[in-house]
Amino acid sequence: MPPMKDNRQEFWRALEPVEETAEFGGIDRREFARLIGASLAASGLAGCVRQPPEHILPYVDQPEGMVQDKPLYFATAVPLPGYAAGLLVKSVMGRPIKIEGNPRHPATLGRSDAFSQASLLGLYDPARRGAVLYRNRIDSWPSFLAAFTNALATQAVKRGAGLHILTETVISPALGDQLRQVLERFPEARWHQWEPVNRDNIRAGSLLAFGSYVHTIYDFSKAARILSLGSDFLLCGAYPSRYARDFASRRGGRVPPDQVNRLYAVETEYSSTGACADHRLPLRDREMENFARAVAQRVGVPGIAAPELSDPKQRKWAEVVAKDLLQHRGASIVIPGREQAPAVHALAHAMNHQLGAAGTTVIHTDPVEITPVDQLASLRELTDSLRAGRVDLLVILGGNPVYTAPADLGFADALARAQISVHLGQYADETATACTWHVPQTHYLEEWSDALAFDGTASIIQPLIDPLYGGKTAHEVAAAMLGMLDRPSREIVRDYWRRRSAAADFERFWREALYLGVVSGTALPPRTVAPVNLAERLPPPRPPAEEGYEVIFRPDPTVWDGRFASNGYLQELPKPVSKLTWDNAVLVSPATASRLGVYSYGTVDVELGGRTVRGTIWVQPGHADDSITLTLGYKQAANGSEGGSYNAYQLRTSKDLWSASGLRITKTGGDFMLACTQTHGALTERYPVRVGTVEDFRTNPDFAHQEPFEHAPPPGHTLYPPWKYEGYKWGMAVDLNACVGCNACVMACNTENNIAIVGREQVYKYREMHWLRVDRYYHGDAGNPRAFFQPLMCVHCELAPCEPVCPVAATLHTEEGLNAMVYNRCVGTRYCSNNCPYKVRRFNFLLYTDWHADSLALMRNPEVTPRSRGVMEKCTFCIQRIERAKIEAKLENRRVRDGEVVTACQQACPTDAIVFGDLNDPSARVNRLKSSRLNYSLLGELNTRPRLTHLAKLVNFNRELGEEPIRLKPEERGA
Amino acid sequence: MLEGAGGMPQLFHRGANTIARASIYGGLGIIGLFFWVIYAVNDSPYFDFVGVPRPQPVQFSHKHHVQDDGIDCRYCHTTVETQAFAGMPPTHTCMTCHSVLFADSPALAPVRQSYADNTPLAWTRVYDLPDYVYFNHSIHVNKGVACITCHGRVDEMPLMWRQKTLRMNWCLSCHRSPELFVTPREHVFDMTWVRDGDQRDMGARLVKEYDIKRLTDCYTCHR
Repeated sequence: MPPMKDNRQEFWRALEPVEETAEFGGIDRREFARLIGASLAASGLAGCVRQPPEHILPYVDQPEGMVQDKPLYFATAVPLPGYAAGLLVKSVMGRPIKIEGNPRHPATLGRSDAFSQASLLGLYDPARRGAVLYRNRIDSWPSFLAAFTNALATQAVKRGAGLHILTETVISPALGDQLRQVLERFPEARWHQWEPVNRDNIRAGSLLAFGSYVHTIYDFSKAARILSLGSDFLLCGAYPSRYARDFASRRGGRVPPDQVNRLYAVETEYSSTGACADHRLPLRDREMENFARAVAQRVGVPGIAAPELSDPKQRKWAEVVAKDLLQHRGASIVIPGREQAPAVHALAHAMNHQLGAAGTTVIHTDPVEITPVDQLASLRELTDSLRAGRVDLLVILGGNPVYTAPADLGFADALARAQISVHLGQYADETATACTWHVPQTHYLEEWSDALAFDGTASIIQPLIDPLYGGKTAHEVAAAMLGMLDRPSREIVRDYWRRRSAAADFERFWREALYLGVVSGTALPPRTVAPVNLAERLPPPRPPAEEGYEVIFRPDPTVWDGRFASNGYLQELPKPVSKLTWDNAVLVSPATASRLGVYSYGTVDVELGGRTVRGTIWVQPGHADDSITLTLGYKQAANGSEGGSYNAYQLRTSKDLWSASGLRITKTGGDFMLACTQTHGALTERYPVRVGTVEDFRTNPDFAHQEPFEHAPPPGHTLYPPWKYEGYKWGMAVDLNACVGCNACVMACNTENNIAIVGREQVYKYREMHWLRVDRYYHGDAGNPRAFFQPLMCVHCELAPCEPVCPVAATLHTEEGLNAMVYNRCVGTRYCSNNCPYKVRRFNFLLYTDWHADSLALMRNPEVTPRSRGVMEKCTFCIQRIERAKIEAKLENRRVRDGEVVTACQQACPTDAIVFGDLNDPSARVNRLKSSRLNYSLLGELNTRPRLTHLAKLVNFNRELGEEPIRLKPEERGA
Repeated sequence: MLEGAGGMPQLFHRGANTIARASIYGGLGIIGLFFWVIYAVNDSPYFDFVGVPRPQPVQFSHKHHVQDDGIDCRYCHTTVETQAFAGMPPTHTCMTCHSVLFADSPALAPVRQSYADNTPLAWTRVYDLPDYVYFNHSIHVNKGVACITCHGRVDEMPLMWRQKTLRMNWCLSCHRSPELFVTPREHVFDMTWVRDGDQRDMGARLVKEYDIKRLTDCYTCHR
């Protein structure tokens, strides 16, 4: 089946048209009647239940400040891959149940991201249940300590000559300090660091450009022109939610037209940054450096040799982008992707300095990591030592190196040669199995620690709950190495900060740090560095055209490097652009797919350097041709033996960590049904997103309400007498200009509203339960389409089509205009869902909610009913938050103030794309948004009067690129 | 096919009419009885627990503590005015008095045990709403719903039992017509206060004064 797009739609979702599926396959009429009869009888019986007795267990001694069932918030921080993000964690009766950003923390500013939100499930994850293992048999912590102390005593004699420590990138100052002490005690011991998604290239690029490793922070709030060289800074960057916020603050419609920023994205795969770009150029990874050189030369970086770009489109891009950057001197950013070669990083630094961005939009500081090293070299050194039999005792603090190490290093085999190996990790994974000892590690919500944010700001990590599965922290293991057995982490962290703070009143300092969630004054000061003469140091440009297919390796946008693979929330989260769930796929462009003769869902063998993995093809519109993207993190031993995913680490070698050439793809002839949600909930709307350019908006501010978007105004009349909404009138506005497709809202909704995980097969059957989805629409040619994100949940129609069709009045309207769903009345006819034009209702076809796992019961939000089988559900606009705010306001005899009701999605949204409020309050922010001329009602011509409206998207189009402007054909009517 | 002029022969005996009548009315009666039994069982204390004292770890007498000792509700149920949950006293609260009073009483052994072992007492819920009902004490108390309106004369209950059915129609009787139940705020915690005059007049006045709404949206209680 050759890939083709449905040409009837200007905004399309998938290359293949949606298949019509027969829902009652295999059941005939008689069988149906039998089943329905049986279900009816069963449902009648289910009502006859005597209420079982429940118990109240009050405290013996109630802790101060603890009020039963009043949520408490504690400031802590999540050590995300990269840097820490500050959080406020909501705790009810001692159970952390929701994660929010800490407004005082520079990385989050009160917002959050999908990883932090989903980390809640990581805490309660039943798969984390583990014990201390000795050679894969259950053992105990005391016997581990005995063996460990013994081994260390031997090392003490040898000055640690056989002791090696392997950590991930360390961003905890207290742990760094402990490791320093360990190295003092064992002077010949070695400390290695390895993380598969590391900053080696950033470091090498900085060394190339400045002769020293400096950390670079970009200030997108001041940037008018941005060039991304393969950087997915909006989603997979170092501190994405802050970057997304700053970036979105200068999008069209939010600032005057002359201040709107413009993003040029040059990238190989289709990232969410590419989807937010005003212009996007798909480029093979191997062409990136030459393109960077061409732009650098045109921007005026001295002495850069740039081979002439053979492709006229690239040449044009280099010229136009360079010109645009030069016109915005001091307000531009060139940002290279983490995965790009060091030369690209160095060129980007040189350009930023040349363009006067240093000190304004681009800020350098000292490195944030405690001890930055070349991680690949570090791991290689460890592997060599292991192979040479020089390692008596290897201590692995976190991570899963057996799974993540480059395939050619043979780390797993080498590890077997260590006399004693100790692994501290959250899961009994590949490394745990391969090590002599495995010690279960605590989750960050269970431990005392500290961590640094992207700008060096330190946060104390404080526990919300005792370790559920008896884990130990890295601090405790490190303390054991210093001879301090069973020293609590709290003391270790406090000790470190007592020494470091040198505060006269340490108790006050400590309490303040815990209360604020940040240690004041720890942000790194800016540093001035001068670029060295790059021309001399740059390696010679790569030869322009290497033939054959190239492969690039990228962290997965939902499971990252594999650390979140056990997290069902993240597994089921549709990847921002491809909308795939539960699997990674072999991503290829449509042209490459037809050249290879492969198609989506077809399984292939991918061979690179004599190593082969089997994966499933996904044809990704807009992907660079002749290039194949593989994402990391899937097919771990513990989870993911089934499915169509592959383990990209099996192909990844130390020579080519991020990209390689010489790839061969062979069809296997098989198929695997990837669960992709891109066609789920398709609307019968030709122009679901309304798009114009900043220029259009300036000349014709009403474009969003004219042809072709709106050809008939909503009828506006109804058979029912008009209802006057007195009191509150809840409504929401979603700004498409600000949405970066990061899915933070989806994940926040999942954890707030106890949304069930359904699994791959059910997602494949269109049965995912997400109340909120982010639709992604393509527009234009499949070779390089534009992409638009549109968050959509129940729009709470004032004239809701779902309501009149419900035979049991299970869905009805409240006086405040909410479309209420009453689970106990619902008998599961699904008429409402059929009649919903927005396709936002979700039906529990099976018992998706896990009633049996004790730990998951602890995770649920007690203010939201978990739903059972046979019940329809949907977005409630977070009714539990509305009711709480209303009751609190009523107790004070006043109305709810604007900003008191914040829905979970709104609270998580890093860019403030979602705004909720009372439409009867003229000063409410939501009314300001709704009064914008960009505001439009999705499917408004159906006279549904949705309370959720969207703000049309503005693209900051640059005519000089000669691209086809966004012109939508008026709808052909009649015929 | 028709028989002769004599018509159809009589197949059934006359008495069969009686049997037929008896079985029709009897059948209806049995069906009716069946539904009545279901209704009666469903409405019985077996299901709604009205008037049924529940087993508790300690034979705690509200009658003694409220009536004899004059302890206010809020001494133990501390968060009734501010939170959804009225609050259950920690063992510490019991021990403030009972470390001195009746310090050796065998009836209080579980309390002392709890205090010594630091293990909570497991009280059986008497007023147990279904889990999909989100009830909030604070707003009811603040809008003039007295303790006795739902919990009855707790000061006369040696053991705690449920006074009302807690069925939805019972909730709605007040949510639809709050003026029939509302009490002046200053008497909410008063077990013995009796209004003088007509409830309707006073209720109408209080509904206005306290800005009480008729909240019958499902979302008011169910989420």
